[in-house]
Amino acid sequence: MGRTLTFKIFRYNPTLENDQAHIEAYRLEELPRLNLFSALNMIREQQAPDLMFDFVCRAGICGSCAMMINGRPTLACRTLTSDLPDTIELFPLPFFKLLGDLSVDTGVWFRAMGEHLESWIHTQKEFNPEAQEERMDNETAIKIYDSERCIECGCCIAGCATAQVYPDFIGAAGLNRIGRFLFDPRDERGDQEWFELVSTDEGIFGCIGMMACDDVCPKDLPLLEVFSYIRRKVTAMAVK
Amino acid sequence: MRVITSDVLIIGAGLAGERTAIACAKEGLDTMILSLVPSRRSHSSAAQGGMQASLGNSVMGKGDNPTVHWLDTVKGSDWGCDQEVARIFADNAPIAMREMAHFGVPWNRVKGGKQQVFIKGKKATIEEDHATEGLITARAFGGTAKWRTCYTADGTGHTVLYTMDNMVLQLGIPVHDRMEALRLIHHDSRCIGAVVRSLRDGELRAYIAKATVIATGGYGRIYGESTNAVINEGSGSWLALQTGIVPLGNMEAVQVHPTGIVPTDILVTEGCRGDGGLLLDVDEYRFMPDYEPEKMELASRDVVSRRMKEHILKGKGVQSDYGEHLWLDLRHLGERHLTTKLREVYDICMYFIGVNPITELVPVRPTQHYSMGGIRVNKDGQAYNLKGLFALGEAACWDMHGFNRLGGNSLAETVVAGMIVGKQVAKYSKKAELNIEVTLAEETAHIERQKIDKLVNGTGKENVYQLRDEIGRLLTKYVHIFRTGEGLQTATAELKKIVARTGDVKVRTSAPGMNPELSIALRIEGMAKQAYVIAKGALDRTESRGAHFREDYPARNDANWLNRTLVRWPVAAEEPQFEYEPVGLLDLPPGDRGYGGGQMIAMEISIADYNRKVDSEQSVKGRLEPSEPTGAKLPKEAWRAELEGKE
Repeated sequence: MGRTLTFKIFRYNPTLENDQAHIEAYRLEELPRLNLFSALNMIREQQAPDLMFDFVCRAGICGSCAMMINGRPTLACRTLTSDLPDTIELFPLPFFKLLGDLSVDTGVWFRAMGEHLESWIHTQKEFNPEAQEERMDNETAIKIYDSERCIECGCCIAGCATAQVYPDFIGAAGLNRIGRFLFDPRDERGDQEWFELVSTDEGIFGCIGMMACDDVCPKDLPLLEVFSYIRRKVTAMAVK
Repeated sequence: MRVITSDVLIIGAGLAGERTAIACAKEGLDTMILSLVPSRRSHSSAAQGGMQASLGNSVMGKGDNPTVHWLDTVKGSDWGCDQEVARIFADNAPIAMREMAHFGVPWNRVKGGKQQVFIKGKKATIEEDHATEGLITARAFGGTAKWRTCYTADGTGHTVLYTMDNMVLQLGIPVHDRMEALRLIHHDSRCIGAVVRSLRDGELRAYIAKATVIATGGYGRIYGESTNAVINEGSGSWLALQTGIVPLGNMEAVQVHPTGIVPTDILVTEGCRGDGGLLLDVDEYRFMPDYEPEKMELASRDVVSRRMKEHILKGKGVQSDYGEHLWLDLRHLGERHLTTKLREVYDICMYFIGVNPITELVPVRPTQHYSMGGIRVNKDGQAYNLKGLFALGEAACWDMHGFNRLGGNSLAETVVAGMIVGKQVAKYSKKAELNIEVTLAEETAHIERQKIDKLVNGTGKENVYQLRDEIGRLLTKYVHIFRTGEGLQTATAELKKIVARTGDVKVRTSAPGMNPELSIALRIEGMAKQAYVIAKGALDRTESRGAHFREDYPARNDANWLNRTLVRWPVAAEEPQFEYEPVGLLDLPPGDRGYGGGQMIAMEISIADYNRKVDSEQSVKGRLEPSEPTGAKLPKEAWRAELEGKE
């Protein structure tokens, strides 16, 4: 016999006048290998046609579907109900602007973060279509890729104590983004520019080292390594 | 109604759309991007394996060049492609990869010295030249003569999209996300923008521009069982079909990828087999060499999928709760390889189906993956019959893929087409005038408002999700790997009824805002009509070519079917109109692909006679005059040196 699951889902539609945030319960018969992507769609199609949530790739790659699942921020698409108790509580990620029910506006926040950090290669070089590409050793490429793997799901920000009390903090995703460009020899930003960007309370000094980000990151990014690299780098810049 | 104007309006923020936007913004044009989702969540991000470009840096790519790449592409297409477009693509792909390196993509690089690899399933040692160390490297993919697929582990689409989106940030190009274009605003054969619905609050707006570009990806989700992201429902091709005048090309050319995992239909990359992965049957026997002694697991996707299905039908499939499947064996690649170069694959197997590919076999089966068909455009990316409308990427039928695309060619296409078409969009926009015809925009929006009103307040009885599921079931059952006249008759008859039923949908909630049920209800007519033209196109095409395989017409018929299907659906018409045009100039004469077996019926006219009518016949079908004459970019018989050098 399969289990009957109870989903307690946070409901609130900000475009409805006088809507009150509340929890609604939905029951669903568990199927083998049921994940929350399928479960939420079944609930929406059969019981709650106005239920709002976000999925795109449903393969753990695009970062759309992060939510609080029994109190923990993670990707819904790759969470199997078999790993959860009979009652499953779903809340939207905190920190980000709520669009409705389980849907939050991570896209706008991440774009603003990228603009703030000038998240692009700063170079004076012009692209020459005739020329061979510049060389890079494969180890450097892999190191950049290890940070570039961030899918901007927002779990690290949702799990971060600093971010909850200090909304200007760029969070683990932001620090990781800085690491990605610091590692990259193609980025010509100098120590001074980096120092001004990173050595602030919004930057690396905002982090109080509780490392919940590292616990909840669904892509297992090497956040500890990246942060200590940035700290070392900033300290060295300060000494200079 | 809010009216937002720009020089260029781009619908879709994946790689194709963003690269086009960059080309336009760099020319100083005011450029606006719309996207269903935050740009970095676009389906481009899910592409794993890589991008083909004949850089030839790795020792396994030695001797590669654009002509060899072009040859592979034309053969892969089963001669269904436009050979000039394939040439434009192959010539520019190396430049595009280098440009992406300049923008910041951390491509994997050549490491000098001896390396352990797998070639055709066997362990081998290759020695990379120290002189090429640090240049962009490549891996093997299906249907290619060389190792040509550039990659960043198995997250290539992700890194390229993030890098491209960084450029969009740098150039300050606005992306209005969670916006869905519902209808193009056009009159007198000129497109001036689109009516758009906000998926945040349901507001209808008009975006008006000199040029409108559709880069919305494919229509795989219409099949239900698909590797595609949930947003790939053919919304862009529907915008074009809805005009009644813009034709879609080759909609029946639908690619089924050999390795979707069971269950969930999530893709694991062709790079798995490129790096040495094997396909096994119920007896854990490696069956592909029996069917394809030359290419084995690395024949083109249409061929490998067909062989897998054939083998399952022989009773060699593995039974499971989710239907029959085969195995993908990656165990011999080892832990290090699987947790670095195939890390996403490793994660997908572990999280979604609880299979550890280091020690266990991965259950796979052929699954709908790619739409070769799409909005028919000329080589500059201009849609047929409608000035000011452009399309590119998977949403378009440009047409470099013909009836089967090679792995690694579509991700590369997005960036290459973005460069080429982007230039043409910019050129067009600089000359064009901005027509802010508010009345026309209001009239267009009014059609959508009435539709919404009917869906919410009407007396309809149909449930949109049920219709969606029925459409998917019909396509998956009858318009998949093996097709028959009988099955396609059934599919078209049933789909015709569903098209009619989409007019009778009623949504259960009138909640303002995102209203997800209303959003899909607004798409269902487009999904049903596209399903119908896919099935009807397949029924009418009485031959087998690439991914379109008819059991009752197993031969590729170059005498009658060396052409491209064009379909328009005139406004208010009961039936769509099908026409056919020549595929383009033939330089490489139709021949054997070198894999897949199969029979061929030869052309009855000479190549010269075929080529003579290409330009005029395409022009009659509505093709706008391209910036350069037909054939300008197709060097005559450059392939001879390659093929003769080989023999």
